[in-house]
Amino acid sequence: MLHQEPLPSTHDASIGRRVGEHLCVVRSNSAVNADYRLMRLSAPAGALAAEPGQFFHILCPATADGTPFLRRPMSVYHVDVAGEAIGFLYKVHGAGTRVLDALQPGATLDVLGPLGRGFTLDAAWRRIVLVGRGVGLATLAPLAVRAAAAGVGVTAVLSVRRPDLVMSVDLLSRCGADVHVVHDADGSSDVAAVGRLITQLLDQHPADAVFTCGSSRLLTLLQGIAKARGLYGEVALEQQMACGLSMCFCCVRAFKVGDEVEHRRVCWEGPVFDLQEALP
Amino acid sequence: MTDLAVDVGRCLLANPVMPASGTFSEALADAIDLDRLGALVAKTVMPEKRAGNALPRVAETPMGMLNSIGIPCKGPEAFVQHTIPAFKRYRPPFVASISAGTVRGFADLAAQVVAGGADVVEANISCPNLEADGHAFAVSPKATARVVQALRAATDAPLWAKLSPNAPNIAEVAMAAEAAGADAVVVANTILGMAIDVERRRTRLGAGMGGLSGPAIKPIVLRMTYQCVRAVRIPVIGCGGIATAADALEFLIAGARAVQVGTATFRHPTTMIRILDDLDAWCRERGIARITDVIGTLEPFETPQLEAAEDLAAE
Ligand SMILES: Cc1cc2nc3c(=O)[nH]c(=O)nc-3n(C[C@H](O)[C@H](O)[C@H](O)COP(=O)(O)OP(=O)(O)OC[C@H]3O[C@@H](n4cnc5c(N)ncnc54)[C@H](O)[C@@H]3O)c2cc1C
Ligand SMILES: Cc1cc2nc3c(=O)[nH]c(=O)nc-3n(C[C@H](O)[C@H](O)[C@H](O)COP(=O)(O)O)c2cc1C
Ligand code: FES
Repeated sequence: MLHQEPLPSTHDASIGRRVGEHLCVVRSNSAVNADYRLMRLSAPAGALAAEPGQFFHILCPATADGTPFLRRPMSVYHVDVAGEAIGFLYKVHGAGTRVLDALQPGATLDVLGPLGRGFTLDAAWRRIVLVGRGVGLATLAPLAVRAAAAGVGVTAVLSVRRPDLVMSVDLLSRCGADVHVVHDADGSSDVAAVGRLITQLLDQHPADAVFTCGSSRLLTLLQGIAKARGLYGEVALEQQMACGLSMCFCCVRAFKVGDEVEHRRVCWEGPVFDLQEALP
Repeated sequence: MTDLAVDVGRCLLANPVMPASGTFSEALADAIDLDRLGALVAKTVMPEKRAGNALPRVAETPMGMLNSIGIPCKGPEAFVQHTIPAFKRYRPPFVASISAGTVRGFADLAAQVVAGGADVVEANISCPNLEADGHAFAVSPKATARVVQALRAATDAPLWAKLSPNAPNIAEVAMAAEAAGADAVVVANTILGMAIDVERRRTRLGAGMGGLSGPAIKPIVLRMTYQCVRAVRIPVIGCGGIATAADALEFLIAGARAVQVGTATFRHPTTMIRILDDLDAWCRERGIARITDVIGTLEPFETPQLEAAEDLAAE
């Protein structure tokens, strides 16, 4: 029958455009601790243009268990332009991330991107403060690398469930960051305790901007601190996505702009938003 | 190069491939050349500002997805001021998809978007009819006729009626749209469905129910397209689960003049361009000069169905 004949695909229609469907080869994919995994992929130039805070929309390949139909959004964790590689730091959560977990080196992965609006970094800033919870750190880490390269100091507060689940301390330390780990086991990750820690760190090393990802309680906390000190701030948010390209309106979140509540698309106006406008 | 041009009623399109409403925006220009498409179709606009439905608004299903986006919308003024000019920068004709809860609302909105520069009006009549217990216009031939008549009176622009697969008899609705003056029918919108998270005993969509789209619905919509092609003389535009040139060819052979591509663009933003390239290659390999030579060429079975079935069983 006609319709069963395979039809050749002639070329990559997205070549030369800002957003591409990049076919990347998995170089490594292994656990960094009990919860998180790091995947490194060889990437073409279009994908290497990813900025901190931007994301890729990943087509998880079909397996015997089925085909995750929608793509899965993942922040770019690392971009190695010289090594022509990008990396994702991820937590296995459901059907899609289970498929990613099973990928072996040599496998091909279709990543769409880079997508969204990344973090602001002003080279005139002296220091920034990053506050990440769990896998939210994956989103903030490339900002630390970028800041260090621009000569901007970094203070990082990493909140984790257990001390053994912390990651990227080495990476951040190599960037010259002042790293502080708080965790649930000893109560140091309590919002009040984290608030005291950040206040103390800001008193010691004044900063120009604060950034957060991964917890709505930390978002609220940081909004208060930034407002009181008149600091600029940004938050990276998550929402379920279908298209990743502003077409479907499934990824909206609420923001307050003046007295109005406005819906914005995380994939398009975000995923990085003004700290004070975000509603937790 | 194959001649891919098709006429859809009074509209001459450079090719038969265009996006489906609600699955496309000018941002796709970041990934593909929009000037290559047969037409550009915007997300449905309604007469009033709306926020859209509760989250989650999408859920994936085997080979498809459910959505209950609703129609978040900034209203007709913003549409005319921002959306239409953004699309008019491109070459293909611009199709404004409109919807309203009343016949009058539809007619006024059509006049507004045409005055604002829309080349074609696509009436999304799958929305609840507020004047008839909230049943969608598109499930009833009578309600469809009323709304299409009012639209026909409101504008001379080409008018496409987008039908609902949830109608008990879609061919009758197509006939009603034709009689009321539609230039073409689009078959079809999404199929009403539902999914439940068994652990939480909650529906997966915030709105409870939603529309199924993607490859899962293709055979159903292909059948409906074929039924409508046989029932009306105006062009039928096929829409449902199309992801490859082979899928598009099925619809064209069944008699569709053009196709719309929706959900497939979410998996591969380059889908429409790939379909165009592959349609061209497919025709060239077979010495077919014009895509119109493919349209409506479904062959009847030569052998009686019973024998054919026996042959299959014997294999
Ligand atoms: C911009 C952005 C960046 C992200 N970056 C990272 C990252 O660097 N590392 C990481 O581990 N995770 C990240 N996430 C979350 C990641 O997308 C989800 O964990 C993942 O989609 C879960 O898919 P699943 O199939 O395993 O889970 P399932 O629960 O089976 O997924 C079902 C559906 O819900 C969606 N979904 C579930 N959880 C989330 C979530 N938290 N955010 C968005 N969609 C979700 C899935 O995409 C899918 O459509 C990011 C999310 C966004 C929006
Ligand atoms: C997320 C989403 C939003 C949609 N929004 C609209 C809409 O606003 N108006 C409309 O007429 N159809 C809308 N549709 C239906 C599509 O235009 C199309 O008719 C349907 O999805 C079937 O085609 P597909 O299987 O190629 O997606 C929407 C579909 C999806 C998946
Ligand atoms: S994911 Fe489609 S609009 Fe954001």
